[in-house]
Amino acid sequence: MRPIATTRSAAGLPTGLLAVWWVLASEIVIFGGLLGSYVMYRLLHDAWAAQAAATNTWIGAFNTFVLLTSSLTAVLAHQAAEQGDGKLAARRLYYTCIGAATFIVVKAFEWTTEIQHGMTISSNTFWSFYYTAAGLHALHVIAGAILMLFVAADAAKGRELHRVELIGIYWHFVDIVWIFLFPLLYIAK
Amino acid sequence: MADHAHAEAHPHVNYVRIWQILLALLVVSVLGPMIGIKIVTLITAFGIAVVKAYLVAKNFMHLNLQPRFVLYILGTTLVFMLLFFAGTAGDVMKHSGDNWHKPYREPEPVAAEHH
Repeated sequence: MRPIATTRSAAGLPTGLLAVWWVLASEIVIFGGLLGSYVMYRLLHDAWAAQAAATNTWIGAFNTFVLLTSSLTAVLAHQAAEQGDGKLAARRLYYTCIGAATFIVVKAFEWTTEIQHGMTISSNTFWSFYYTAAGLHALHVIAGAILMLFVAADAAKGRELHRVELIGIYWHFVDIVWIFLFPLLYIAK
Repeated sequence: MADHAHAEAHPHVNYVRIWQILLALLVVSVLGPMIGIKIVTLITAFGIAVVKAYLVAKNFMHLNLQPRFVLYILGTTLVFMLLFFAGTAGDVMKHSGDNWHKPYREPEPVAAEHH
């Protein structure tokens, strides 16, 4: 018996896909509200530029490279799933998970260094925003990677290949959020 | 198969080419602000972020191939976000107003880049 997310298409697209778009709509509000608040404070407080100067642009840029590349492997996994090649799709999803792991390891190194230099979530409002926004994003990276492992395990057996597209769309959204976080937290100094 | 029906509607896109463009834009967004001119920073950092987001949404998420109502759903949330911004910016972006004062102290400058 096929799951309803695959077979029902009352809105003109599979229910599972529609659900992913609804999730992303709610995510836009979550991240949009957070980043909107940050922009308001940042425009008001020029002194935050001196705080932002302590973030490491090259680490941020490297992590942007990692996420953009993981988005490429995610969409290539989708392409393989379209062609019915579950094993190739799974392998490309695993590459994406490696990208996620790299991102988190780099971020752990970055945060450790910053905290050792006394820049913690309670240091001041800039760092509160910094750790909240980047931390919330990192949680999405971790959640996406865990889900991707399940999808890849099924795809490797040729099962539920439609989910490769669904997890891919979520992953690209996580990538887009970082595309905006990067200039806000690392470049505007 | 039913679950492939939607996916098969996707036209061929050279994903590696899109990725290369995204990386080129990343390089520009990092190097542009180093010039030190504010307007150049705004364009290269934030303008390019919008372009990168558009490329990912269009080519990787295939947003342009979704039914129009998907765009309306996402667009509505963006409008709500802008309403939130417009509704609160007037207060948040002031230090004081009628009968209120924001007890806020600017943070002490931190030392130069620590890495």
